[in-house]
Amino acid sequence: MDSENKKWFSIPLSKIKEQVKASCNCGKTSGGCSSHQEAEKDKRKDGFEQIFNASMDRRNAFKQLSTSLLLGVGALSSSCSLTADNETKEKAQLNWEEQFKGNYKLMTPAEKKETVERLVRLHQLETASNVQLSSEDAQADVLFGYAFNISKCQGYMDCVNACVKENNQDRNSQMQYIRIHEMKEGAGFNFNESDDNYYHEVPAEGHFYMGTQCFHCENPPCVDVCPVQATWKEPDGIVVIDYDWCVGCRYCMAACPYDGRRFNWSTPKVSASEVNKKQHYLGNRMRKKGVMEKCTFCIQRSRKGMNPACVEACPTGARIFGNLLDPNSALRWVLEHKKVFRLKEDLGTAPKFWYFMD
Amino acid sequence: MRRLRVFKKLVLDSFDILTKGAQKYHLWMAFLTATMLTGMYCYSIQLEQGLSVTGMTDRVSWGLYISNFTFLVGVAAAAVMLILPTYVLKDLDFKQPVLIGEGLAVAALLMCLAFVIADMGGPSVLWHMIPGVGVFNFPSSLLTWDVLVLNGYLFLNVSIPFYILFRHYQGKEALSKVYVPGVLLSVFWAIGIHLVTAFLYQGLQARPFWNNALLGPRFLASAFAAGPALIILILAVIRSQTSFKIADKTLHKIALLVAVAAQINLIMLASELFKEFYAPTHHSESATYLFFGLHGKNALLPWIWTAIPLNVLATLVLTFHKLRIKLPILYGACFVLFVAIWIEKGFGLIVPGFIPGPYGKIAEYLPTGIEVGVTLGIWAMGAFVFTMLARTAIAIETGEISYKR
Repeated sequence: MDSENKKWFSIPLSKIKEQVKASCNCGKTSGGCSSHQEAEKDKRKDGFEQIFNASMDRRNAFKQLSTSLLLGVGALSSSCSLTADNETKEKAQLNWEEQFKGNYKLMTPAEKKETVERLVRLHQLETASNVQLSSEDAQADVLFGYAFNISKCQGYMDCVNACVKENNQDRNSQMQYIRIHEMKEGAGFNFNESDDNYYHEVPAEGHFYMGTQCFHCENPPCVDVCPVQATWKEPDGIVVIDYDWCVGCRYCMAACPYDGRRFNWSTPKVSASEVNKKQHYLGNRMRKKGVMEKCTFCIQRSRKGMNPACVEACPTGARIFGNLLDPNSALRWVLEHKKVFRLKEDLGTAPKFWYFMD
Repeated sequence: MRRLRVFKKLVLDSFDILTKGAQKYHLWMAFLTATMLTGMYCYSIQLEQGLSVTGMTDRVSWGLYISNFTFLVGVAAAAVMLILPTYVLKDLDFKQPVLIGEGLAVAALLMCLAFVIADMGGPSVLWHMIPGVGVFNFPSSLLTWDVLVLNGYLFLNVSIPFYILFRHYQGKEALSKVYVPGVLLSVFWAIGIHLVTAFLYQGLQARPFWNNALLGPRFLASAFAAGPALIILILAVIRSQTSFKIADKTLHKIALLVAVAAQINLIMLASELFKEFYAPTHHSESATYLFFGLHGKNALLPWIWTAIPLNVLATLVLTFHKLRIKLPILYGACFVLFVAIWIEKGFGLIVPGFIPGPYGKIAEYLPTGIEVGVTLGIWAMGAFVFTMLARTAIAIETGEISYKR
């Protein structure tokens, strides 16, 4: 956003220019630009690893010494036991380090690499299989967006199935990020009388279909309310969750006006043969019970330049995904040539998910 | 050093007092302990299997725990109703009930914290919320405000009565210049904890049922009715079971406070009902669901239609001076009012916020046995803590225990 004082939210389609500007000549408030950066770095210290690397004043010293003492005793007892074999010991050690790692959002690249290595090793120890876990960052000049063609969707739900498979969602509770709403023709967009849980042949006579999922708002209410910053908007516009930092209070769920978030009410189960092994730390890696999850525009695919699974699976071409900052993308063509609209615009959330009709 | 010695003696004395008592007292404590143990067993199942053992789902993601949390913040805040006249207006006959009120606030706050922790998906990573150690999303998240104000209020309500009782235990007068500033602070703080808790819901544009400017003030009014009503009931029990003297005049004064707060609460209820039903919009659907049911789904009707008549009845009884001064009628009215507000501020507030869902889906919520078990366990914990605090306070105030060299 170009102005801090702006009272409304809009998608920063002119972001490329701004990024160039932000690189140095900061004529803004306090200090020169180098000290500006340092202050930001300082703010980003947190958690176990980050606290130990922090510069320490006397006031914090006692607090941190006592924490480290506690940690040390625990680590000692778990890793120095004579009875446990090596693998159990290693697992205990890794689990211990995982329990006390910091928030992914604030990790340095080295810390990200370490936690990814730990998680891969833990998965190996637990299931004797390997996963490819990525911690790829957002690319520059990319802002992801999505468009949905209501005229084309026939309600086949291939997107839903592909999404579940791609993102390793809990099979027991049949968790689904996407909901397809079946609506009566002639009644308008009447969600109240729509059915998002149908089990009959589609397309049903006299009905049309409309899909909803996380809209990756530019001004996401879920991010503001999280008490621990376990969810945030990445530079490429994807709203993500650090599953290991989430405390499971479900405040974000109450704050989301689009039913975009899901909670793991019990330990998610995916049979070993069905696990998608191409994973991303912020995307489809295995979750645990008691944490939030949601659509990430298939971050493990989209950051590699691929379409999300739902887009690829859609047999009718109703789903269009792309880079909003790329003037030649299909998405930009849709936004410029179709009459597009978004849901609940009055709430000021600025979703990056547009609907249109042929 | 001397203070430490006195403190050690105080702990020993109070332990002595707490382990001795009439048979009724022992039965009461045994009952509470059994309920707490049942609650802990239920919680262990929840820890093991996850929150799927509760009635909550992706559609209704907060339930009985958060309902009770919201209500109990109000009970805790209500201690202020007694603090104000006692310390600031120098109304002396309130001094002793205030100690009880602050004890109640401590117990209620502990219950609040317990309910929040019971509702968490990952209690083992709760350290992420500790300011300085984890990442504290302040001031953006209202939940972090709530953590600050609730713990601050807990500190105030522990330290003020402790100071007063500690002085009295040694046979000294409590110095007003030491504790009155703290008391004044806690008066504002009490309003703060309840407003902040209301803002927690009020600030969500996703839930029109909560996103309404009256929510905060209405929280305050109902809290200042339900809290002192509970205090009247507790004082009634203490009066009949211990040698602690509480004048009728004190009860009547608290009753007047309850009556006024209950009347204001009813006015606000009327205003809310008018807004929701005079010109119903899409945003009135949650209220319609709560009061009349929606598309054949009506799980909350029995609750709310118990609460509203009880609320009106109790307020009417409390309004008439002739009825209010008869103690048995007063106790009855207070009990009825307490139950009515518990339903309205708990279940009747949290659950309809989620129904209908963001896309009009109506999925109903009913708590499971495990959820009820944990809830009862936490209430028993609160009662247990309160009984211990109140017994020690009464023993000190009546001179039953004191520090002698």
